[in-house]
Amino acid sequence: MSLFVEGLHNHLVGPFTFDVPAGGCLAVTGASGTGKTLLLRMIADLDPHEGRVTFAGIDRATLPAPAWRRLAALIPARSGWWADTIGEHFAPEHEVEKRALAADLLLPGSLFDRPIEEASTGERQRLALIRALLAEPRLLLLDEPTASLDPVSTQAVESMIARRRASGTTVVWVTHDAAQASRVSDLALQMLPGGVLGA
Amino acid sequence: MTPLTLHAGDIAIAAILLVVDAALSIGLRLRFHRALAIASLRMVVQLLAVGYLLRYVFAGHSPWLTAALVLAMSLVAVREVAVRPTRRLVGGNAIVALPNVLGVVLLTACFALMTAIRPHPWYDARYAIPLVGILLGSILNAASIALAGVLDNVRQQRDAIEAQLMLGATFRAATAPLLRRAIRAAMVPVINQMAAAGVITLPGTMTGQMLAGADPVDAVKYQILLLILLTGASCLAAVGTAYACMARLRDDRERLRLDHLR
Repeated sequence: MSLFVEGLHNHLVGPFTFDVPAGGCLAVTGASGTGKTLLLRMIADLDPHEGRVTFAGIDRATLPAPAWRRLAALIPARSGWWADTIGEHFAPEHEVEKRALAADLLLPGSLFDRPIEEASTGERQRLALIRALLAEPRLLLLDEPTASLDPVSTQAVESMIARRRASGTTVVWVTHDAAQASRVSDLALQMLPGGVLGA
Repeated sequence: MTPLTLHAGDIAIAAILLVVDAALSIGLRLRFHRALAIASLRMVVQLLAVGYLLRYVFAGHSPWLTAALVLAMSLVAVREVAVRPTRRLVGGNAIVALPNVLGVVLLTACFALMTAIRPHPWYDARYAIPLVGILLGSILNAASIALAGVLDNVRQQRDAIEAQLMLGATFRAATAPLLRRAIRAAMVPVINQMAAAGVITLPGTMTGQMLAGADPVDAVKYQILLLILLTGASCLAAVGTAYACMARLRDDRERLRLDHLR
């Protein structure tokens, strides 16, 4: 399930051309405001843009957008919530896996019964990751997934993503932390001012 | 029963109340007497003008003149609907308001004139114009609340909507809660109006008819018919406007296009 990105650009950033082999992890580093988030949003097809994306031999343009986004999950830095309690954001059929993933990420099971306003930024970030992983996406687009986490929780997230990679999930990981980039990825690109990628 | 005719002198006596208001404003330094004077003058001039215009239109029996007046009234309503929300669609809110206001008012007015009211001819201005006027009032309210409900809330709901899109939800599913809230809010005034009718308020149409000498039960029947028409028109306008507005904020790849908003 390799990812091919060809000439992806909008009026602000790009063009981006790169590929990530199946089960690989590409880290994208760079200063804030250079376009790392825009790159992920373009791959997930959330903003208008030009260029081609192919994943697992499937041309993205041939899939309806919702089907593509189920395959390629973007976990944004600022997660969105649409219901009152945390539990309502999770499908009931994933009850067991949900609790297992929460335990892996050091979240108490009682969290799911609480209103979303009571979850801290770090808790929300991990909950959003669980919510996305439950749908078994084959491509993960992670935008600073450990930005609000302590070192222990960061370690838990990194191991969880490593396990997904071992089962073939491909990852694009945006981080401003160079040490994390070298820890989690096997290839890294830097977003330079002006929205171009450099080695 | 013959209606009691009012003379200019009778109205002048009633206007003493306005003079008292103005005196209070000056005496208590409330500073609304200027606005009051302008508004009263506008009210008298506007209503007299419309009275003479309608007398002319009613006497003329010209369907074209009636149609022109209906169109002009609808366009003023479209403008009001379009300017209420603080946000604007690129291309203007009128692209959503125009087809909805015009479509709903024509549909409900023709429906009522051809079935329940049945004047001869069915487009008789004496029935068509007042009916269109009162329908437009309700349509304007419902459409503008629905439009503002979508336009003014969609930006702050962006994270919630996009979170669902990122999980593979369709645009329709992700925006359904926002749409429902906007439509429900638009239906509140007309539902309140029906619930309060006769208990808390005596609706204007029936009050007017009774003052003009009509039998209370006859006046009430007319009022019931009108409230049903107003509710039907409000609901159609709210649903049509909210959905049409939402459709302007998406594209064929089911993205939320806030760049279509100014």
